[in-house]
Amino acid sequence: MVRTIMRVFRGDSTGGQYEEYPVEVSEGQVVLDVIHTVQAEQALDLAVRWNCKAGKCGSCSAEVNGKPRLMCMTRMNLFEPGATITVAPMKTFPLIRDLVTDVSFNYEVAKTIPAFKPRPPEADGTYRMMQEDIDRGQEFRKCIECFLCQNVCHVIRDHPENKPNFAGPRFFVRLAELDMHPLDTVDRLELARKDAGIGYCNITKCCTEVCPEDIHITDNAIIPLKERVADRYYDPLRWIGRKLKGK
Amino acid sequence: MPDYETHEYDVLVIGAGGAGLRAAIEASAQGARTALVCKSLLGKAHTVMAEGGIAAALGNVYEQDNWQVHFRDTMRGGKMLNNWRMAQLHAQEAPDRVHELENWGALFDRTADGRILQRDFGGHRYARLAHVGDRTGLEMIRTLQQHAVHNGIDVFMECTISRLLKDGDRVSGAIGYWRESGKVIVFNAKAVVLATGGVGKAFKITSNSWEYTGDGHSLAYWAGADLIDMECVQFHPTGMVWPPSVRGILVTEGVRGDGGTLTNSDGVQFMFNYITPYFASETADTIEEAERWYDDKRNNRRTPNLLPRDEVARAINSEVKAGRGSPHGGVFLDIASRRSAEYIRRRLPSMYHQFKQLADVDITATAMEVGPTMHYIMGGVRVDADTAQSTVPGLFAAGECAGGMHGANRLGGNSLSDLLVFGRRAGLGAAEYAGNLRATPKLDQEALDGVVKEMFSPFDHGSAAENPYTIQHELQDTMHTLVGIIRNKSELDEAMVQVRGYQERAQRAGVEGHRQYNPGWHLSIDLKSMLTVSEAIARAAETRKESRGGHTRDDYPDPSPEWGKVNVVVRQGPGGDMRISTEPLPQMPADLQALFEEAH
Repeated sequence: MVRTIMRVFRGDSTGGQYEEYPVEVSEGQVVLDVIHTVQAEQALDLAVRWNCKAGKCGSCSAEVNGKPRLMCMTRMNLFEPGATITVAPMKTFPLIRDLVTDVSFNYEVAKTIPAFKPRPPEADGTYRMMQEDIDRGQEFRKCIECFLCQNVCHVIRDHPENKPNFAGPRFFVRLAELDMHPLDTVDRLELARKDAGIGYCNITKCCTEVCPEDIHITDNAIIPLKERVADRYYDPLRWIGRKLKGK
Repeated sequence: MPDYETHEYDVLVIGAGGAGLRAAIEASAQGARTALVCKSLLGKAHTVMAEGGIAAALGNVYEQDNWQVHFRDTMRGGKMLNNWRMAQLHAQEAPDRVHELENWGALFDRTADGRILQRDFGGHRYARLAHVGDRTGLEMIRTLQQHAVHNGIDVFMECTISRLLKDGDRVSGAIGYWRESGKVIVFNAKAVVLATGGVGKAFKITSNSWEYTGDGHSLAYWAGADLIDMECVQFHPTGMVWPPSVRGILVTEGVRGDGGTLTNSDGVQFMFNYITPYFASETADTIEEAERWYDDKRNNRRTPNLLPRDEVARAINSEVKAGRGSPHGGVFLDIASRRSAEYIRRRLPSMYHQFKQLADVDITATAMEVGPTMHYIMGGVRVDADTAQSTVPGLFAAGECAGGMHGANRLGGNSLSDLLVFGRRAGLGAAEYAGNLRATPKLDQEALDGVVKEMFSPFDHGSAAENPYTIQHELQDTMHTLVGIIRNKSELDEAMVQVRGYQERAQRAGVEGHRQYNPGWHLSIDLKSMLTVSEAIARAAETRKESRGGHTRDDYPDPSPEWGKVNVVVRQGPGGDMRISTEPLPQMPADLQALFEEAH
């Protein structure tokens, strides 16, 4: 057992401050365990969102010593024994209380992405897809919607005014996934360019760095999607073609 | 008279895991105005943690597979206590439900010819589980969620239902609170579907998420519905055991399905010593035959490492008790000596990641330490198999909170398929029921006010309040120690005494502060349902004087033919007391009976 000080943000949309809680940390514990100890013994009303405590649901996102992380997958032995550990809510989303933020922005964006629409099935009523054709899509579908990528993206973290015009990395992953889905028939490139604002992204890769599922958000989703958009809308030959056709 | 935020719907679905989402999608598709309420954010429900796959006799890997074989496996796995009609519908409809997910965008792992790949799992005769690596639950919940978003369903996230409301005998809606603001919310609905999952948070070592506080079981019970088979609790044989803070986190059965074997501290594959006569004819009894089975499944019998979960969990428990356990009180699960690192990382990425990150163990190089963890409750709300309606008109239940489908023990992979098959049926049943009602049943204002008063009472106790976290921890200890894998009368009696003590203390459970996102307050309310299901489990377990599936008594170690013919039924008496009775199982028709008489 090592004694550690947990410095936890307490407050709501009107303001707040950090409070310090001394706790005994035992072997193998993660930050979420220690937050639960604080909650059970010292601050019964400490607000924290969590579900599975196994890195599968993406509920317990927070900023631990300034770094966006899942609290349930952050081992306490990552830090110096006995060092003070600061836990703050995600900055990009409006604060509800303590470590809980209002992430409804993400659910609103999700509604704007047109649904998957498959091509007709084979004669036997089912589909054939080769594994190599879905490997990339499966990588994207590992996303647990922890929204850490959204939280860390400068386009909205530093400029909340961009939120209405920018879907964020999580939804570029979703758009890329649908774009590469062997069965889907809907074209969402115009959406990616215009309403989702993929052009705002300047590929700093912050999203990729914080992804707990190791999805290569920038390289595998955003860049290919940007290329597809550029090919269609910014290719000079296509541009001339569109002008000639009066489109 | 206080004015509460009130919404009117045809169908109210409580719970947004696989069953709740599928029910809401179906009810909405039938034209019912549908609300979906969940305690967490959408997409975070316990379904997201399911790993191994969805059992469905697609016949993609073994074309001999069909619904009859799946039905037979399910019934035998459940030690014949299952509601035969549910098991039949489940086996017949699961393939369509899997294909439907693909139609909605799911990307399952593929066979070489591009069809949905299927993996081996315990108790299933053929490789049967459609899967995505070891994150099938995530694929399923995301697919349903993404489909539901576009189907006109109103979603109420982070909203907890405290009580169902009735108009006479019928359901008329539900009352609860917004977790974020603590404000009261009322639903006036013609039909209600419970899809709230399980009860794991009443146990100390569990694979279940925080939401599993027995809400649906308790809501139904308080509303007068019957619960059945509450004594049948599944301990998954393989949970993590070290370090202590991760104890109970699930290790998918897919590890054994994909080639992992269990060994004790002497290096012995002990499962060969635990083959019960019931499964002897279909299980390899030598290591040589079991080894051959991995490559030639037609001419060899299955490895006992893939016996149903109740058998494996009891075996591990016995090995550890006999002093042949691993250093941290489990046994060893080894896949590294059979499969390449590349194979393991591709098939079991979450397991690889989870052990690496949480336990500093590389499962591609060394064995895991695993032990039983409370995983699932087979018991639940008694429902009509075809419509999913409970014994209360207008109240439906699907998924883990419904009883009957899995009998005394659930086979791995049969839960995700259960959620889809009976989620759809519950949505259909509820929409049809609502469509046949001319008017929405009335809300009972007096009952509403009473529930509100009770919901807010945790703030009334001041400094005399009991810490709700302490009560929960003590309850978890009691259930783990006295109502665990192996039970007996004296321990169950002691458990009931302790649970009554907690019930008394929980009246005074409370917190300081205000109602905005206050987890201590939420827990004070959740305790009531956790204690109700704990009492039901302990009492039902005391009643069933035999051992069967997920209910093992060391004072009645054998199955009894007489007890095999009845369900233990739990219902609330007129004075609010818990009544226990036994009632005969539904009788299986002769053509299905015949499936069990054929030689296999």
